[in-house]
Amino acid sequence: MSDQVHTSETSRSAATPPGHFPPVEDLVACPTCDALYQLPDVPKGARARCLRCHTVLTAPRDGAMTRIVMLAGTSVILMLAAIFFPFLELTAAGITQRSSIMDVVLVFADGPFVGLAIAVGALIVILPLARFLALIYVLAPMAFGWRPARVAVPVFRLAERMKPWSMAEIFIVGVAVALIKVAGLAHLSLGPAFWAFVALVLITAVKDTFMCRLTIWKTLEQRSQW
Amino acid sequence: MVTARSAGLVGCPNCGRVHDVPAPGRCQRCGWRLPGHAPDRSLQRVWAWLLAGLVVYIPANIYPMLRTNTFGRTTESTILEGVVDLIHHGSYGVALVVFVASIVIPIGKFFAIAYLAISVERREMMQVHARHRLFEVVEFIGRWSMIDVFVVAILAALVQLDFAATINPGIAAISFALSVAFTMLSAQSFDPKTIWLDGDMRPR
Ligand SMILES: [Zn+2]
Ligand SMILES: [Zn+2]
Repeated sequence: MSDQVHTSETSRSAATPPGHFPPVEDLVACPTCDALYQLPDVPKGARARCLRCHTVLTAPRDGAMTRIVMLAGTSVILMLAAIFFPFLELTAAGITQRSSIMDVVLVFADGPFVGLAIAVGALIVILPLARFLALIYVLAPMAFGWRPARVAVPVFRLAERMKPWSMAEIFIVGVAVALIKVAGLAHLSLGPAFWAFVALVLITAVKDTFMCRLTIWKTLEQRSQW
Repeated sequence: MVTARSAGLVGCPNCGRVHDVPAPGRCQRCGWRLPGHAPDRSLQRVWAWLLAGLVVYIPANIYPMLRTNTFGRTTESTILEGVVDLIHHGSYGVALVVFVASIVIPIGKFFAIAYLAISVERREMMQVHARHRLFEVVEFIGRWSMIDVFVVAILAALVQLDFAATINPGIAAISFALSVAFTMLSAQSFDPKTIWLDGDMRPR
């Protein structure tokens, strides 16, 4: 790869490997493969990818912080609704049983399966919820143009760490499989909490498209020097 | 390709912030631990978690995942028997989902991570780009194995005493959940930069 300016598809700006080294503040090392770039001011809506491993280096979007905060706030409300409203209704031999997500978590709560109960609760409720709250805590002051919150840096780092462990979308697929498994045994119908949960998964997906980690980290660094 | 390392600088593996040498112990922007201070034990962590995941994956397949009690008669089914049951009921699509999530992905992941770790030590085996792609796939897909654990939890919550049938989780649910978690930790311990290391050294 030579040091000349690479331009790829329209609407995407390519990062440029530096010829001589400007101050480190202007450089970015690809987090995945360590390739070094001097990143120009990437316009809003454009995307800069690493030339070598194609990791997205930055993808700033207009008003991204505000949107992420709003979407995360919506997700928190939906999650609270999903916890307390009935999730699934099972009807067999004239008896109807309503189960909320809490029941799914608490079913293991005694005996040798306590650990599993905690794990399932963490993966489908606690970690997703904690991640939404962490993002609000970090990004709400950013969206208003204020100084970052006191422990914003470790909280954002934690939010990033939690990402692979919040498994709301996997739980949805699990529900679908469970529906089919008991289909012969009883009649199963979906409660309002299920749809709240589906909405939450979709909103999370939309929210993640607005997340530009580099922009957030840079903003955090600049604003904490105020 | 110029890398931070080949330019005599240190790049943060989390946020990409570049530091002059001698670099601080932690990234000045995001606080991530920077390489180059303590000896790098990431590969040892990869192997340790992978081995742990493999060990608990064995009971996950031998012991029952689900205990169904219908009219006083208890039937137990392992992961594989659960898949066979679904096929008997004609739910081929769901059987395939469970089979892929609980058997194909975990086993594929053991091989993929072991291969990536070995190829770091031996260098040059498969093209760097193919190896990078493999790592991305492993990271993306590994968590989906958790499906079956959720299915068991949902079934056990729904089908309780007041029905003709009761469903309870089996001990395999625990070891399977642990196996998924351990292999996720193994993949997370893997440093993707090591894939590109030998490429940096070779002149073009
Ligand atoms: Zn890269
Ligand atoms: Zn950093």
